Amino acid sequence: MQGSGHAVCLGADIDTDLVIAGRYLRTKDHSLWVAHVFEDLDTSIAPRLKGAVIVAGKNFGCGSSREQAAIALHEAGVVAVIAPGFARIFFRNAINIGLPVIECGITCAENQDVHYDLALGYVEAGSKKYPVRPLSPRMQEILASGGLVNYWKAHL
Amino acid sequence: MSTLSERILGAFAGEYVDHTVDRAYACDGTGMLTLETWKRMGAARLADASRLHVFFDHIVPANNSTTATLQHELREFVHASSMGLSDIGGGICHQVMSEGIVLPGEVVVGADSHSCTPGAFGAFSTGVGATDMAAIWLTGETWFRVPESIAIHLTGSLCGAAEAKDLALSYVNRLGMDGGTYCALEFVGDGAKTLQMDERLTLCNMAVETGAKTGMFYADDITVRYLAAKGHTVSVQVPESCTYIRDLEIDLADIVPVIAVPHRVDTIKPVQDLAGLPLDQVFVGTCTNGRYSDLFRFAQIVKGKKVAVRTIIVPASRQVLAEAIRDGILADLVDAGCTIGTPGCGPCLGAHMGVLGEGEVCLSTANRNFRNRMGVGGEIYLSSVATAAASALTGEITEPEVA
Repeated sequence: MQGSGHAVCLGADIDTDLVIAGRYLRTKDHSLWVAHVFEDLDTSIAPRLKGAVIVAGKNFGCGSSREQAAIALHEAGVVAVIAPGFARIFFRNAINIGLPVIECGITCAENQDVHYDLALGYVEAGSKKYPVRPLSPRMQEILASGGLVNYWKAHL
Repeated sequence: MSTLSERILGAFAGEYVDHTVDRAYACDGTGMLTLETWKRMGAARLADASRLHVFFDHIVPANNSTTATLQHELREFVHASSMGLSDIGGGICHQVMSEGIVLPGEVVVGADSHSCTPGAFGAFSTGVGATDMAAIWLTGETWFRVPESIAIHLTGSLCGAAEAKDLALSYVNRLGMDGGTYCALEFVGDGAKTLQMDERLTLCNMAVETGAKTGMFYADDITVRYLAAKGHTVSVQVPESCTYIRDLEIDLADIVPVIAVPHRVDTIKPVQDLAGLPLDQVFVGTCTNGRYSDLFRFAQIVKGKKVAVRTIIVPASRQVLAEAIRDGILADLVDAGCTIGTPGCGPCLGAHMGVLGEGEVCLSTANRNFRNRMGVGGEIYLSSVATAAASALTGEITEPEVA
């Protein structure tokens, strides 16, 4: 699995309340989550997410288990999220909906092109190439299926 | 020689296992997305409905017709299934699961981040998102990476005005907001044996604030007695010598009243350093500190006096509320000027029942003070119940007196 996009750089310890606030959760209309993604962090982020690779600091997605955070990013057009570490529920949620999350500390500038190849195990930003540990076989399989819904559709 | 997580999951730290889930629970917040996702999985079957529970606790009663409509759909579905249903007023999922449902040694998964709470019974209890929960509805199992464990060695006993909440904020401060990521926290040592179930639940509840997968106490005589009163006969769990990836030593006698300041749970100050800070609201409740012993302690401090700031008290469950009514402390709280909410999460998640206005300051007994969480522009300080009570009486942050 590989992909690339422009970097949108964020800080450390971004909690899922900041990705999508609690006041927007009660709906089936996913476009509402896309419309308000990162609203409480910085309203200038949302318009830059289409085709983006989010490059965040440590502990991305901490706090609430709300899967709407991962869905909002995915449906806003985020290609992948790269961070030195993730909160575990967000990590599972992202894989479960088919959003690649990559544990890797990288340095790059805003808007710089970032490329990843999970099969070959690296992230590339500018002239720098960073090794990435592979996901567990199960998580690779879920991600390759496009998420856990498709995974179980194929396995039942 | 195993950690408690290794013993329960039957594999060593770092290994991946597929494991049956003894108890799985969702709430109105995550249940609606779980239901939608479960339907998309295509096979309209529940692996074992008797192990599944749904709680209406996050926005109860519904705050508007959109929420009400979504809750109606989930409620109808649960009614038609054989799942356990705890409807509005029943209380917070983690609390009700801790009132005689979760037992030592069980594997428990909740679709809410604070599902680490029932680890206080010596269960392996952890949080997931909606899609993982949908798959558990479907298959009755899920995959785990068996966590490494961090030991929090407790010695001595709490003294002065310090509470388990002050200990919780202190260990989160020591580990940091990601210091426990992917790990299980095991609370061990002689000090652990001095803590009652309510206190253990408060401590395990905040494990996720360090990124931990769960917080755990070994079942001991206190656990056995607590569950016996709920009609369960269980055995103690004896710790084995095992390998921890980190040991944190805490003498309970060193714990003093502290407050987590906006907007990080791991950033604490002694209450005295913040004394005099004006408050707009005090909130007592949540899966951290909304239990009977919490309401009792608050009532002891405010009884016969009047609160000087709007004070919202939300019992964690119907059982807590009923006990508070029976023992008369609810009358003490109302007479002191407190407002009582429907058992559930209250304003903690910023949806209803006491959200903050721009620039308002709240002292809360909850577990999260993230930016804008309880309302855009509001500031959340986190404290113990005793600190909240002393502060409610003055309208500003106030050190609690030694009981």
